[in-house]
Amino acid sequence: MIIDARLKLVLRVLTGLVLLVVYVPLALVVINSFNTDRTFTWPPSGLTLHWWNAAWNSAGARDALLVSVEVALLATVIALTLGTLAGMALRRTRFFGRNVVSLLIILPIALPGIVTGIALNNAFRTMLDIELGFLTIVVAHATFCIVTVFNNVLARLQRLGPSLEQASADLGAGPLTTFRLVTFPMLRSALLAGALLAFGLSFDEIVVTTFTAGPEVQTLPIWIFQNLFRPNQAPVVNVVAAVLVLLSTIPIYLAQRLSDDVASGSAGAAH
Amino acid sequence: MLWLGVAYLAALGALFITSLWGQNDFTGEIERVWSFDNYRQLWEIPVYRTIAFRTIGIAALVTVVDAVLAFPIALYMAKVASPRVRRLLVIAVLMPLWASYLVKAYAWRGMFSQGGLIDWLGGPFGVSSPGYGLIATIVTLAYLWFPYMVLPIYAGLERVPDSLFEASGDLGAGSLTTIRRIVLPMAFPAVVAGSIFTFSLTLGDYIAVTIVGGAKQLIGTVVYANVGAANNLPFAAAFATVPVVVMLIYLAAVRRTGALESL
Repeated sequence: MIIDARLKLVLRVLTGLVLLVVYVPLALVVINSFNTDRTFTWPPSGLTLHWWNAAWNSAGARDALLVSVEVALLATVIALTLGTLAGMALRRTRFFGRNVVSLLIILPIALPGIVTGIALNNAFRTMLDIELGFLTIVVAHATFCIVTVFNNVLARLQRLGPSLEQASADLGAGPLTTFRLVTFPMLRSALLAGALLAFGLSFDEIVVTTFTAGPEVQTLPIWIFQNLFRPNQAPVVNVVAAVLVLLSTIPIYLAQRLSDDVASGSAGAAH
Repeated sequence: MLWLGVAYLAALGALFITSLWGQNDFTGEIERVWSFDNYRQLWEIPVYRTIAFRTIGIAALVTVVDAVLAFPIALYMAKVASPRVRRLLVIAVLMPLWASYLVKAYAWRGMFSQGGLIDWLGGPFGVSSPGYGLIATIVTLAYLWFPYMVLPIYAGLERVPDSLFEASGDLGAGSLTTIRRIVLPMAFPAVVAGSIFTFSLTLGDYIAVTIVGGAKQLIGTVVYANVGAANNLPFAAAFATVPVVVMLIYLAAVRRTGALESL
């Protein structure tokens, strides 16, 4: 054995402890949403479903959720289009400044969110004179979502190589037919993975959003942040937070399914 | 097609230019007068210098905490666990990444609150929650960025071949010696790759600091206050260049370790 038994035990215990610390706060959020008490005191003085009902009827939370979903969907669509195009362009052509362009696409996610946030805020307000609102959020989110699609598409294209598309062209298909029948099916699972990431990023984003949202539009994270410090809203925030914790298992499940597909897909291709 | 990328770069450039402009003290309007006043203020007013160094210090501490906690779990995942357990562990580490950032910071507000879980757990031992402040900030940020550190180290350790462990063992080294002399040096670039995330994310954060940091200010909160309430965009822009410069220096420094290739 490469690691002796005693060290293995130590590693196992440490891993268990760390995972415990990772999940206890999340569990706490879920339990607190049933707490009869308005504060975070532990142990809870009693359990109730009252706050879940209150949250369901909270107009602010529901509106914010709707805005978040809309923004995330639009940003994902823009990111899918531009990310795929950029990925295909950068694979095919070797022009001067190719590395500069790929650095440019990665930059919005590599720099601290606050820098991207005020750079866009400054650009919208002082340079372009655009009123901050729904559309500025979508543009801002699309800016940093492109990279997730771009990375996935580029990786897939480079792994598969151009031979299938060349074969398609040799058989007489035009560029559009080739894209529809050959390139797109090859990219499908990469695009899905990129879209999933983009949607998740956008749905959760708060830093860039604070700087690009106008005073009238609220995404769900902004709504939570604004109600966080109001004691009488705390129980409703608890419920929304609990719902978000529970919802986060969905993308994990989807991502897992997706990676299974990819694994079996490439295994199939190897036959 | 690359319009967004170009627009983004233009926005960054404009931000830098704005940081060189001034602000009229009476009207609050931005005056397009070129000067380095904002940067001089940053350096000369001690509060801002303290905040800048405090932020960098916290970023470093968060990085160290994450690296120390992530290494054993990554080693366990890569070299001890069976394939099935490994798969489950990867999911377990990734899951919190999908949970909302805000909710995770909020969860720690609950943990550190008066009469909260930490108070309750520590009560029998005479330990009480440190309350909202720098300690809570470091813990929360370390918690938030933890997966960004585990995953690169795990990927790095997976690439260390088992035969090296065996060779080291055959030559008489114990497990600990092997880890110290063989595994750690080989995993170092991966740790550095993870540290790029933890460092950069900490430098730009202001939400978690607002939620659990109490009255303590970091670069992010100052920038936020200057864009919002004080409406001094030029000064905010100048302060926001600090994390960018720090990151560029950091990236240049770690380039030699080969960490950038293992990102």
